[in-house]
Amino acid sequence: MNKLDLYRDIVGNPIIDSLYQLAAPLKGINVVHVNSTKVGGGVAEILHKLIPLKEELGINTKWEVVTGEQEFYNCTKNFHNGLQGNVVSMNKKLLDIYEKTNEENADKLRNSLKDADVVFIHDPQPAMLLKYIPERKGKWIWRCHIDVSKPYRPLWNYIKNKVADYDASVFSLADYAQKLPHTQYLILPSIDPLSEKNIDLDIKEVKQTCISYGIDLSRPIMSQISRFDRFKDPIGVIKAYKIVKKFTPDLQLVLAGGGATDDPEGEAVLNEVREAAYGDSDIKILLLPADAHRTINAIQRGSDIILQKSVKEGFGLTVTEGMWKGKPMIGGDTGGIRLQVINHHTGYLVNTPEGAALRIRYLFNHKKRMLEIGKNAKEFVRENFLITRHLREYLTLMLAAIHYQDKDRIEL
Amino acid sequence: MIKETPAFNVKDCALVAIATGKKAHNLRELKDIIQNIDQGSIYYHFWGMLLKPRFMDSEYNNEFALWVKSSLHDSILAERLSVVDPTDFGLLDELRNELVDTIQERLDEDEWINFVRPQNKFHFKKSHIVVFDTNIALKDPSKFSEVIKEMSTSSIFYHFIDARRRTKDNVDDFRQWLMGLDGKYNPICDKISSLDPYFVSLNTLKEQLVNIFDDFFKGGKINE
Repeated sequence: MNKLDLYRDIVGNPIIDSLYQLAAPLKGINVVHVNSTKVGGGVAEILHKLIPLKEELGINTKWEVVTGEQEFYNCTKNFHNGLQGNVVSMNKKLLDIYEKTNEENADKLRNSLKDADVVFIHDPQPAMLLKYIPERKGKWIWRCHIDVSKPYRPLWNYIKNKVADYDASVFSLADYAQKLPHTQYLILPSIDPLSEKNIDLDIKEVKQTCISYGIDLSRPIMSQISRFDRFKDPIGVIKAYKIVKKFTPDLQLVLAGGGATDDPEGEAVLNEVREAAYGDSDIKILLLPADAHRTINAIQRGSDIILQKSVKEGFGLTVTEGMWKGKPMIGGDTGGIRLQVINHHTGYLVNTPEGAALRIRYLFNHKKRMLEIGKNAKEFVRENFLITRHLREYLTLMLAAIHYQDKDRIEL
Repeated sequence: MIKETPAFNVKDCALVAIATGKKAHNLRELKDIIQNIDQGSIYYHFWGMLLKPRFMDSEYNNEFALWVKSSLHDSILAERLSVVDPTDFGLLDELRNELVDTIQERLDEDEWINFVRPQNKFHFKKSHIVVFDTNIALKDPSKFSEVIKEMSTSSIFYHFIDARRRTKDNVDDFRQWLMGLDGKYNPICDKISSLDPYFVSLNTLKEQLVNIFDDFFKGGKINE
């Protein structure tokens, strides 16, 4: 069975059939994606999922990776931080390394890229390939996954010069779009319902996982799955828990996230979290390995309420993942969380620990409502935030870019 | 010569959003931008919103009204903008003028300008829409119910909502086609005309359409 057909039970036949119909005019075209790694990170994760699906639709899709010396990665890491708003050094030596590495990679990838019908360049690392492949024939699209809503301006001006000549760019949220002389598409991220993090689990597995971490499924549970990062406000979550605990004494809180040992800031936050939770055995702080997808899945499924009380957030895929488990979501009123958490329907948007506590108390006192909101949340994700929607928008974008970029409406 | 019944070709559409780069932080900016924005943006914020992430119980039926209420907290203007029915205007420019007049009227009434926090600004968007064939064509209206059950929500959007901008009388494609056959399907057309696409999800709309055809062809209420 085709991979794409596995999604029929989840999204329904009409959605999958329409993907085949939409892709029909794209059959046989050559598409290349270029990024800087095949392992780790959100970009690689989504490409691993999307590329085989495009292939199944008859689109010849290749994935190329740019490589460089350590200094190249130092430079692009700097870019990443600067595009997110940090003041960074614009050292000429590093910029020269960035440009030279792109030139070398252009020579290496020239044959693959010059004749491709559509080339997607992901993030700033390979962005300069365009300049070094002037003989390109297809449409080149810059896909920026980074939150560039408030970039460090000198760096943005440098990057802008590199990406201005692309045929189009793609951003995840309208807030990220910048002044550029070409069409800027908006494509929201998505989750894969068949991935380890989101696939349906047997209740036995949920129970076993929870028991192994000392979580009692017979008592109320709320959880936040996130890095230990100030922007995710784990301390605020503990504050909210302590307020609710007075009214729901058997409540448990699970704060689970990836290890932060290589991040001094992360380690400091983790220590603060441990201190705030000190002496309360009902607060479980779990440092999980990067591949603990099934564990996270089980913890979310075992929870009654899921939180993502961020004070700053990009799109917030952990919100999508939590909602997909059919749980009400208490989310910070920021970024892409606002597109997912609809007050009273899929959860509640909150601004303070007190606000979070208020909504949690309400839900624990209205169990029927809690179930209804959870059900709504799952359906909202099914209709809007699954990989099939993401694929559909990529197909639409390619059709628009190849055929009729200057028209609003394309009749095939 | 017997005139052959034209087929109803089932089409589908896909939409991808585009940032225009225009942003409003207060009501005056909203009005000024609407005055000059690409027509596609007016379309997107009135019609296109029905095909993108939204919850089924949307209180307001266009994104201008929604923003005026949720970010500017101006209930009076939100209510006025919400009753603007785009099908009353043959051209998008006429709809644009109506919006501008409605907002200007409010600005004249209230000299206070509410600003929003930067994260609440209104982003003007537009879209590219790709319309494609599903290779399904039907000539027998009694088969509609089965066909609609298999239609995607975006196909429902195309035939029921988008059609109002394309057809001569601003009606949906289903009525347009049925009216071209003969008068015996008028009861179906009457029922379809009472469906309100703004306050239900596309899935609910689909169910409502199926029920109307089932009722007619399987001896339900309409036929009684």
